[in-house]
Amino acid sequence: MFKKLAIGAAFALALTPAASIAAGGGEQHIEDFAFSFEGPFGTWDQHQLQRGLQIYTEVCAACHGLQYVPLRDLEALGYSEEEVIAYAAGNFEVFDPELDDFRPAIPTDHFPANTGVGAPDLSLMAKARAGFHGPYGLGINQLVKGMGGAEYIASLLHGYTGHEKEEAGTVLYENTAFPGGWISMAPPLADEQVEFADGHSNTVEHMAEDVAAFLMWAAEPKLTDRKNAGFVGVIFLTVLSVLLYLVNKRLWAPHKGKLRKED
Amino acid sequence: MSGIPHDHYEPKTNGEKWLNSRLPIVGLLYDTLMIPTPKNLNWWWIWGIVLAFCLALQIVTGIILVMHYTPHVDLAFASIEHIMRNVNGGYFIRYLHMNGASLFFVAVYIHIFRGLFYGSYKAPREITWIVGMLIYLMMMGTAFMGYVLPWGQMSFWGATVITGLFGAIPFVGDAIQTWLLGGPAVDNATLNRFFSLHYLLPFIIAALVVVHIWAFHTTGNNNPTGVEVRRGSKDEAKKDTLPFWPYFVIKDLFALAVILVVFWAVVGFMPNYLGHPDNYIEANPLVTPAHIVPEWYFLPFYAILRAFTGEVWVVQFASFITGGIVDAKFFGVLAMFGAILAMALAPWLDTSSVRSGKYRPMLKWWFYLLIIDFFALMWLGAMPAEEPYATFSLIASAYWFAYFFVILPILGVIEKPLAQPETIEEDFNAHYGKADADATPAE
Amino acid sequence: MSEFSERQAPSEPETRRDFLYFVTGGAAIVATGAAVWPLVNSMNPSADISAQAVVDIDLEGVGPGTRITVKWKGKPIFIDHRTKERIALAIAEDDAPMIDPQPDAERVQRPEWLVVIGVCTHLGCIPLGQGGSEPTGDWDGWFCPCHGSHYDTSGRIRKGPAPRNLDLPPYEFVTDTRVKIG
Repeated sequence: MFKKLAIGAAFALALTPAASIAAGGGEQHIEDFAFSFEGPFGTWDQHQLQRGLQIYTEVCAACHGLQYVPLRDLEALGYSEEEVIAYAAGNFEVFDPELDDFRPAIPTDHFPANTGVGAPDLSLMAKARAGFHGPYGLGINQLVKGMGGAEYIASLLHGYTGHEKEEAGTVLYENTAFPGGWISMAPPLADEQVEFADGHSNTVEHMAEDVAAFLMWAAEPKLTDRKNAGFVGVIFLTVLSVLLYLVNKRLWAPHKGKLRKED
Repeated sequence: MSGIPHDHYEPKTNGEKWLNSRLPIVGLLYDTLMIPTPKNLNWWWIWGIVLAFCLALQIVTGIILVMHYTPHVDLAFASIEHIMRNVNGGYFIRYLHMNGASLFFVAVYIHIFRGLFYGSYKAPREITWIVGMLIYLMMMGTAFMGYVLPWGQMSFWGATVITGLFGAIPFVGDAIQTWLLGGPAVDNATLNRFFSLHYLLPFIIAALVVVHIWAFHTTGNNNPTGVEVRRGSKDEAKKDTLPFWPYFVIKDLFALAVILVVFWAVVGFMPNYLGHPDNYIEANPLVTPAHIVPEWYFLPFYAILRAFTGEVWVVQFASFITGGIVDAKFFGVLAMFGAILAMALAPWLDTSSVRSGKYRPMLKWWFYLLIIDFFALMWLGAMPAEEPYATFSLIASAYWFAYFFVILPILGVIEKPLAQPETIEEDFNAHYGKADADATPAE
Repeated sequence: MSEFSERQAPSEPETRRDFLYFVTGGAAIVATGAAVWPLVNSMNPSADISAQAVVDIDLEGVGPGTRITVKWKGKPIFIDHRTKERIALAIAEDDAPMIDPQPDAERVQRPEWLVVIGVCTHLGCIPLGQGGSEPTGDWDGWFCPCHGSHYDTSGRIRKGPAPRNLDLPPYEFVTDTRVKIG
């Protein structure tokens, strides 16, 4: 019996995510933040998401798009319909092929794409990066800490050492979280760069966390719904398993004698 | 259908007789569902139902996804995001489909290794085994093409690399690769045909599953002892078997429910654990990801593919005697498909007169080593192609072939098998004791 | 496992066994239902479509005598900023014999703005009359080219095979120059 269990366990362990192996080049330093949305019970911190949206709008949006995220989804951050209409119209212009012209954005539009300086779109960034890998390609770190996409973003945003170098006409900035250690994005955040209405701390560390949380929401807006469905399913299937176990036992009982070697 | 003698469906009412004389479908279903099944089957025999469930799950969720998906290079990636964000419950259906593929392969690997250990491939079940191998090949094709559809970076570069394998075939390789892709590189034509085939193949798999079941219903199931059910008379057969319904259906459903608890937890709480982050970046034909890694279920064979480089003497030898036609790249492709072919040939490579590994003291250990080898290959397939992994891969690949082409044939000759039980009933009673109720079949 | 559950089965009262089977069968049916519903629901309009169920239209700059077309739920909405003459024509005809009699007052919230769904009630063609050069039919409303239905300045069917007046969408004026359809 133990042999069989061992084989089963080995199979379970073997579900090594390919992701965990594809680590980047140099030594990356990714901090394991305690985000509110982590773990099976985690949910969004709406205030944090709102601050993150503000940082995105005032800082990131200058270079980065968010083209897969519909503006109407911002109601999930705790805004009213009117606030979303005002936010859309006040911050973005979109091209309307029917008008053949630009017009202020409305909630049914998406955040605009932004390819001006070749910065990557951020819609899925929090799922397109893994902060944690290994050890030894086994994927255990991701099992314990999660994929770490938001951690990667937050670590990157305050991972600048202050060193710069010029290579082939481009200025590169040293960053402890970026694979290879040198990134072409200048440090985007500075202390007290964004003023929050609620007076929340606006150090680089806090802002990095807030915007990372917002980008996690942007990448996986159905996160809490998904976990709820997961809970309902797991609990229901557990009950069903117990019932089927009892039925199975009762069904087989007349065919089994008293002698039991195992089980 | 021949096979184990058992009670057949008898139409009673006039209506039943009317239908039965025109279309004996009730009888067919009855015989399938009430098939006598060895009563000593252990828990390794539940994976067939899990596989049937997976096929149904993938087809049903797939049909829903197709309603919202757009197979075009400019729109595919966005249409996946549409499913994830806009479609009612779309995010969950898509995650079920994504992780359903993984569950499918977990189940198929356990199912295959179950067969390898208990000798389920041996006569008279060779057809069941071969059809099973065909199903497995089709699953790999389906999964590979399905992975291309989201049109992420790994989709694109995975498709490029894997179709590149066909380019290694001497003389006609380039023509075949171009034909597969519908152009010089992976592009819209490729995406469209992969979509078409990804939708088609599961139905061919379903048809093969029917043949698979038909075949082993004809020969009867194997069982942990490898001893055949007694077929002298119905009464004799009844001592060794119980009908599939309800005994094994309920048992299998219980196991399925337990497995689904784990599956549901993965889908609900860590749906991207088995995926690759790069596939959330839209495909870009001008930028290759740093490491192209196939999905976990391809890794063992991917490792075998990469193990045979130009430095290996076997490869050099093959190249020499074929006058350079078989180069390292082609050798790797042959090795990968050969590794699967080796499994398919197991019925003829295994020379032992004993079926079950339980009574084969030497095979047992070689088999456990094969399991370890399989995991080692899986791990190595994900590692970068550099030392020491390259050497390890070569050793692990060599063992895979040695198991089938050397160990299986030789063991049958030199191994001294343990005593097997006379009947399945004897084995069952040795486990559970003789039940009073055995004489009367359950209601 | 203990013998507790082992040996009692043969002597088990029928009812208890049946109860277990019923509960399990019930749970299996619930599971099936719970699995089917999301699949059915996924075919309902998705969030991007539902979001378009309400459109805000700015009427500023739509002068008297101008007709505009906007899209709502995939269908064209005709908005006619009616001139005094067209309003008078519509009211004057209230008592005329009609296929689908309805007074003009029931068809508008504000007399100067007629808001109708621009789909012919016959077989779903889009009537002409929006563009300045298009035929407006015998009653200066709309004319459906498919089978020759004439609509008047209130969107009422006057001649032709169409059975009903042009349908009215739900709408409200948020301000004097902003209308919300849906």
